[in-house]
Order: sequence, then C-alpha cells, then structure tokens
Amino acid sequence: MRAARGGRGPRRDTGVPGRRRPTAVFAYIVRRLFAVIVMLLVVTLVTFGIFFAIPKLTGADPAALYVGKQADPETIEGIRQKLGLSDPILVQFWHFVTGIVAGRDYTGGGTTVHCDVPCFGYSFRTEQDIWPVLQDRVPVTLSLAAGACVLWLVGGVTTGVVSALKRGSLWDRAAMTVALSGVSLPIYFTGLVSLAVFSYGLGWVDGDYVDFADDPAGWFSGLILPWITLAFLYAAMYARLTRATMLEILGEDYIRTARAKGLREPVVIGKHAMRSTLTPVLTILGMDLGALVGGAILTETTFNLPGLGQAAVKAISDRDLPLILGVTLIAATAVVVANLVVDLLYAVIDPRVRLS
Amino acid sequence: MTAPLHDTGPADAGAAPVTDGLPAKAIEGRSPWRIAWTRLKRDKFALAGGVVVLLLILVAILAPVIVGLLGHPPNEYHEELIDPLSSTPKAAWGGINSDFLFGAEPVNGRDVFSRVVYGARVSLLVAFLAAVVAVVIGTVFGIVAGYFGGWVDAVVSRVMDLLLAFPQLLFIIALVSVVPNSLWGLTGSGVRMAVLIAVIGFFGWPYVGRIVRGQTLSLREREYVEAARSLGAGRLYILFRELLPNLVAPITVYATLMIPTNVLTEAALSFLGAGVKPPTASWGQMLSKAVTTYEGDPMFMIIPGLAIFVTVLAFNLFGDGVRDALDPKGSR
Repeated sequence: MRAARGGRGPRRDTGVPGRRRPTAVFAYIVRRLFAVIVMLLVVTLVTFGIFFAIPKLTGADPAALYVGKQADPETIEGIRQKLGLSDPILVQFWHFVTGIVAGRDYTGGGTTVHCDVPCFGYSFRTEQDIWPVLQDRVPVTLSLAAGACVLWLVGGVTTGVVSALKRGSLWDRAAMTVALSGVSLPIYFTGLVSLAVFSYGLGWVDGDYVDFADDPAGWFSGLILPWITLAFLYAAMYARLTRATMLEILGEDYIRTARAKGLREPVVIGKHAMRSTLTPVLTILGMDLGALVGGAILTETTFNLPGLGQAAVKAISDRDLPLILGVTLIAATAVVVANLVVDLLYAVIDPRVRLS
Repeated sequence: MTAPLHDTGPADAGAAPVTDGLPAKAIEGRSPWRIAWTRLKRDKFALAGGVVVLLLILVAILAPVIVGLLGHPPNEYHEELIDPLSSTPKAAWGGINSDFLFGAEPVNGRDVFSRVVYGARVSLLVAFLAAVVAVVIGTVFGIVAGYFGGWVDAVVSRVMDLLLAFPQLLFIIALVSVVPNSLWGLTGSGVRMAVLIAVIGFFGWPYVGRIVRGQTLSLREREYVEAARSLGAGRLYILFRELLPNLVAPITVYATLMIPTNVLTEAALSFLGAGVKPPTASWGQMLSKAVTTYEGDPMFMIIPGLAIFVTVLAFNLFGDGVRDALDPKGSR
C-alpha cells in the first residue's frame, strides 16, 4: 500500500498540501466541524440519558441524588423544579444545550439561581457554576499532558527508531524488554514507587502543584515526577509501535529505490522512512492526548494533582451529577478535537491522503 | 492503558523464529493452525508467558485450596501483628515470614498472600469475561457492517466512533456509582463484577468491531464468497460459515491482547474505588490503600503491584507470540 510512493517523482515527496484548492480544504474542515458538533451533542445526550434512565430503572429519585442524603423534602422538591426533572429528557437536554450558549436561570422552590454563559450546569452540592470549576482545573491537566507528551514523543520515537535500525542488537533487546515491562505496569503503581523513592526516600523532589504564573520553578518541581512517570508508560507504547512500523517500512520497495538512487542513509531514514513511520504514531498520539486532556484520572489521583481527572473522581464520589456531566463533555470534546487535528495533520504528512 | 491495542504491527517479530529451514517446505498439507502452533512452540518468551498464564488461572480456580494450605482466611483480622502507633506491621519487611508469606496488611493485619490469591480470581474473571463480551458484540457488528455495507455500515461505524470518543474510564466510574446494590438477582460484589464485565466489554467492542469490519471488507470480494453465493447460500450462511472462519485468526490475536488491557482496567477501577466492594479482595484496591501506607510499609505497595505486573506481562508476552505465530506475513 505504501509502495506506490516509490514510483513518483522526487518533487511529490515534499507533500505540501498547498497543491489542493483551498476551498476543498475549507469545505472539509466545515464538514468535519459539523460532525464534531453532532458527536458532542450525542455524547451529552447519552450522558444525560444515563443519569436520567438509571435512577428510573433502580427506583431512585434523581433530585435526591443531586443534593445528598441529608436534604429535606422541600429542598429536593425545589431542585426538581429548578432542573425540570419531571420534564421529558429531550426538554431537559434542550435546556442544558441552550444554557451553554445563552446562560440559564434555575427557578423553583421560591428561589432562582443564575448561571452565566457558558453555563455547563450548576452544582447544587457546592452551590456554584460548573464552568469556573472546570476552568481552574484545565491548566493543571494541560500542563501534565503537554510536558509528558514532549518527553514520551522524544524518548519513545527515538528508542523505537534506533531499535528498528539496530534490530536484534543488545540495545534493541534491552530496550524492547524495558518497553514491554513499561506497558505492563499500571501507572498508579509506578507513580507510587517513584513517590516512595524520589520524594519520600531520597527527598529530591517535594511539593504540590503550583500555578506556572505564581512560581515557575515550583510548577516544574511539582510536575516533574508525574511527567516522567506518565511519559515512561507512553514512551514504552510508542517505542514498540515505532519500532514495528519502522521495520515494516524499511522492507518497502521505495526505501530500496531511495537507497538505489544513491541517497545517503540519513536522508533515506530521516526523510523517506520517518514520514511513513510517523503516520500511525500520529494517529495514536491524537487519541492519547485527547484522552489525557480529558482527565489523566489515574495520574492525577496518584500524585494528588488538582486537574480535571481528580475533579471527576471527586464529583463521582460526591454524586455531583452536573459536575460529572461537565467533565464528561470537556473530556469528549478533547478526544474529538484531537482526532480532528490529527486527520488534518495527516494531509500534511502524507500527500496521498484524500480529504473526503 | 490501551497498550496492547496500539501495537498490532506484524514486524515486531524479534522473538519469533526467523529461519524455518528448508525441510519444512517439503512437508505438504500443514493447516495454518498447525503452522502457527509450530511457530508458537519455538517462541520461548511466548511459551513462558503462556505457562505463567496457565499457572495464574490455576491459582484463581484453586484459590480456596491454596489459601487453606498456605495462608489464613482472606478476611481474618490479625491485629496482634500490627503496631498500634504506626498502623503498620510490627515485624520488618511488612511482616513477611513463613506463616504470612506476603506479610500482613496495615491496620487490620489480614493475610496479604490470601488476598493476592483471591484477587487473582476477580482480576482474571473480569478480564476474561469482558473480553468475551467485547469479542462477541464486536464480531457480530463488525462482520455485519463490513458485509452489508451501505447504511448499515454507516450506522455501525458512527456508533463505534462515538464510543471511542467517550471518556471511558470516567464513564465507567460514573456508571458504577449509580448502579444499585442488588441487580439481576445478584448482590454485593456479584453486582459490581457483573457491571464491570458488562461495561468494560461494552467499551471494548468497537476496537474488535473495527478490525473485523476491515477484514470483512476485503474478504467479501473473494472468489470463495462469490462461489458460495452463486451456489445459493443464504446471507447468514455466508457470514458465519464462510467469512467467520477466516476471521478467527485476527480475532484470536486481538482477544489475547485485550485480556491484559482488561486486567489493567479492572485494577484501575478498583484503585479508584469503582471496582468490587470490600471486603472482596482485589489488587487495585490494595494499591489504593497503599497510597496512604507506603511510607511505613512499602511491601504492601510492592506485592499487589507485582501481581498486576506479572499477570499483564505474561498475557502480553503470550499475546505477542500468538500474533507473530498467526501472522501470515511472517516467515513460515
């Protein structure tokens, strides 16, 4: 399937998408954005449905779920009216979606609560809007994901390429043994071990998460262990993937052609082989980054980082349904947007990709 | 945590036999499964993984016998072993000795060995059955989507995209938290296990479905399918008697690599408090307790961690071997 590349002239190798008509690219992006919005609506509807349908099936009162066990009947009745819980689910869903773009007032039980645009819901547990809570959490999760991503891409791809080029060597076998162990270790275990060794045992790093703006050095030292732990897991996966892809590609005809026409080895590997190797890496990267930005639940729990994932776990244990819905929506958005970006990047990396 | 799912490249055959020698070519009529078995037998790492997997299954099945011989009942408290001030075992090394093979649990002194052995039951049962659920749903939908194409394919593919876009771990925890204590005639940990199996399996099927769909797309144009059709075979016959047997190899590979992922997912959910309910033992749950006790008692963190590691590694080694052995592109 990749062999077709070899037959083309060297000029095509640049793969700049500029040759496509800009209108086609624009139409493609619009079409994909539309699909993204539809998908997010469906995710919201399904999440809604689960918290609507399951209490019904089990005979629990959704309004009581929203406030907790100690609430008195009037409060519960007020919340039922505020959230319109006796309305059909589609009406409730409509109120939620319009709230995101227009803000929303919750009226019932004699009081009104206003929720500002963009209204991702209102927590009756903590008595605050959901959106500001999410806003506080996003930078933490983004810092974690971005730093770890740089480390694992550099570490994983390099290891994989070197292993493929030196297939069967001592380095290859050692690296692949470490990588296989890496993908078999749960992150909360490696996280705990690294905390025990480097924080508690050796005392090299110490400290909780602080904002980058407040104290860049503290931000760095608070995140260095989570970065390395998270990156190790992903680097192991990426090294395995890169090595496997690279080995497959090194056997392709166009690599032989490139060598036969006298290109130097660094060019053959660095330019011709690397581009095809990066395609599957990019696919996985999109999915992984999307999932991480949506909440690195395990890492944040292990290292006690106040990110989206930790907020989600706390919301779930508090049964704070509006917050769960908000986090789910943010997480799904991250996954969907990351996939969209990856699809667009494909066109840059691989000139054969058709925008259809 | 989706480690094995990513890695389907057939070129990662470093451990597989590369030279199969000339005499093999002279032998006629070896079935593909026979060839795969021959290859698997030569892959020492895969065999080692397979042996460990078998041992783990035996441990899970024989848990009551093993614990009866070598341990104490998994829920029996031994507070006399615990230092009341630090809440950790009095003896060094987490209280490991000939009586308590893996030491005692902090605070209540339960036998860690027994709990690890019983934890294997939960872990393997959930992982296996969830893989079965995913494979069954994924195969049926994948094969139907691939064979019929058109709007059926469009609908199934969109549903799979949607499920893959769901923040799965988050969603599973949320679901588990709203499930009641008794359901489908089960109670307590039984409910949780049933829910875990159903949910992990449900979120796993799109991965299987995509692979089966892709394979079906390329198989449906083959001559043998056309031959069956021209002989008057019905759709169901073609789907399940002609196509399915040719999909068994990729499905087997995928299912084997899915089990370790499920082990990790179950452990992660237990770690987050969304797994089986205490006092039922599970590895993830032990690690979540170790978060607060590792400073005084590191052994209680290391032992369940190693249990997960060994299990997942064994399945991964075995799964990689099965994949290399069944890969038609590999050397015969």
